Amino acid sequence: MASVHIRNVHKHFGGTHVIRGVDIDIADGEFAVLVGPSGCGKSTLLRMVAGLEEISGGEIAIGGKVVNDTPPKERDIAMVFQNYALYPHMKVRDNMAFSLMLAKRPRSEIDERVNRAATILGLGDLLERYPRQLSGGQRQRVAMGRAIVRDPQVFLFDEPLSNLDAKLRVAMRTEIKELHQRLKTTSEYVTHDQIEAMTMADQIVVMRDGIVEQRGRPLELYDHPANLFVAGFIGSPAMNFLPATIRRGSNGARVEVAGGVTVPLPRDAAGEDGQKVIFGMRPEHLALAADGQGLAAQVVVVEPTGADTQVFAKIGGTEVTAVFRERHEFRAGEAIRLVPDHERTHLFDAESGKSLRH
Amino acid sequence: MASEPDRTEVVPGNEGMRYLESVPRRLVTLYLPLAIFVIVLLFPFYWMVMTSIKSNGELLSREGNPFWVIHPTLEHFKHLVFETQYPEWMWNTVIVSVVATFTSLAASVLAAYAIERLRFHGSKQVGLAIFLAYLVPPSILFIPLAAIVFKLGLFDTRWALILTYPTFLIPFCTWLLMGYFRSIPFELEECALIDGATRWQILVKIVLPLAVPGLISAGIFAFTLSWNEFIYALTFISSSEVKTVPVGVITELVEGDVYHWGALMAGALLGSLPVAIMYSFFVEYYVSGMTGAVKE
Repeated sequence: MASVHIRNVHKHFGGTHVIRGVDIDIADGEFAVLVGPSGCGKSTLLRMVAGLEEISGGEIAIGGKVVNDTPPKERDIAMVFQNYALYPHMKVRDNMAFSLMLAKRPRSEIDERVNRAATILGLGDLLERYPRQLSGGQRQRVAMGRAIVRDPQVFLFDEPLSNLDAKLRVAMRTEIKELHQRLKTTSEYVTHDQIEAMTMADQIVVMRDGIVEQRGRPLELYDHPANLFVAGFIGSPAMNFLPATIRRGSNGARVEVAGGVTVPLPRDAAGEDGQKVIFGMRPEHLALAADGQGLAAQVVVVEPTGADTQVFAKIGGTEVTAVFRERHEFRAGEAIRLVPDHERTHLFDAESGKSLRH
Repeated sequence: MASEPDRTEVVPGNEGMRYLESVPRRLVTLYLPLAIFVIVLLFPFYWMVMTSIKSNGELLSREGNPFWVIHPTLEHFKHLVFETQYPEWMWNTVIVSVVATFTSLAASVLAAYAIERLRFHGSKQVGLAIFLAYLVPPSILFIPLAAIVFKLGLFDTRWALILTYPTFLIPFCTWLLMGYFRSIPFELEECALIDGATRWQILVKIVLPLAVPGLISAGIFAFTLSWNEFIYALTFISSSEVKTVPVGVITELVEGDVYHWGALMAGALLGSLPVAIMYSFFVEYYVSGMTGAVKE
């Protein structure tokens, strides 16, 4: 096992600057998830760690050793691809044994390691099948088995669950997490799905346009997003944003939202009187308020999921989402009042998008 | 693991929208054109067979039905096999075709893989240049090639053909294999790279096994082209014992303006059999080779 250090890494594709100075540290045994919208450079970064893409600038070190010019096979890594990349002409057993056979390990050792990995993943009955005879979830598991067999220093996952249906994805998510808890191999996992990132990661790295927007523990990112992008990206349903202005007067610091309504400013929020800001409220931090309190909203759609009720409403011209644990039956067009949990609201500078809370 | 239902089984049978078509309609749009096509295609073959088993008397007679044979005979085959050098021509054709096909395939595999996957500087231009080379007609190329063959001292030997056939086989096979290699997901190769395989191991253990249908169709094509090749064989060969079937039949079985139709047709029939047999063996590979696509 080993740590991974990515220091000021750049990548150019022709004239395009895809990765623009990325620093990431993944501790030994840590499960790091790179997340971001498509085209943000997360897969490219993973492929650079794997050695499948050249590094245009900066340094990548695995286990303390700089691997910039090391070919993939000497990096002691294993990668699970989005489409699994199982060799179609080989049986599951041979797929899993391929790397060991190339390394010319003795037959007995290969068999033992393949069987052990198969037991861990419950693939025992499938060893003599071809990939085309397996379902999507089974293929996924074989791809992971192939990685486990090698007992590498680092696991790299490139959107491994995105070809599975929703239910299977949730199941495999848990399985990968369990596997990591058991093997404790340093892992780097790329996904565009923030729920996968939240549920699996020790460390989340949010990327956009080739730079790291924020990295930290999942709940850290959830509670203290550094900027508008991270705030909107992490969390589902997404955070509500309202344009607002800071008012610092004799009756304390407040935020004036559209329509002249004010709500108290969180205690630790920075910002000067009259500063234009974006006021952020998570859907689950909104509560119903009595008449005359909170923000006036007009119900657009109500979506009961069973576990909770999602209410889409309009405050001024802006659509917001509120999630209630209780069941409510609102009609479209009905006027309600919503009040945010003040200490859990977020404030961002309207121009830079940076968080004003510390 | 819950087994996933096979979605194709939801629709009973695979009739699709065929119920929309009535029988007479299908007769006119499908079976009739198909029948005409088959007749046009197979009639020359039929004529060849009929002519080769007719006696000379029956061939030249104006009586009877020209489309049928009354007293079938094998005298033309006997003449061909025992009184001409036909077996030698056949042997020459086999040797030249097989050697030329295999050398061309080997060269094409390396070329196509390099152009398609190594992505070296100018690989696209090389790919295009190879295609352009294929477009130059042999009827122009045989003159400079003849000069080269003569200078190399290979004139009137099998080597003259074995070395010149790849000039049109390699471009063709390379082009076909490039398309096929392109259909193999490159993640497989990246995965193998991480698994510790060298480029050569990737080619031999991953790419070639997956490209078997492509290799077979390229092989069949190359074999057929060299089997039927005429211009080079006619130009570079003069002795009867090194001739190939297409040239031998034409030059030795037509004397002045006398056409030995029976023997000519028998020679053509025997000459076309190996190719027909090859096609029938590999037809499925051949089709999938032309349509590409590796399915996991």
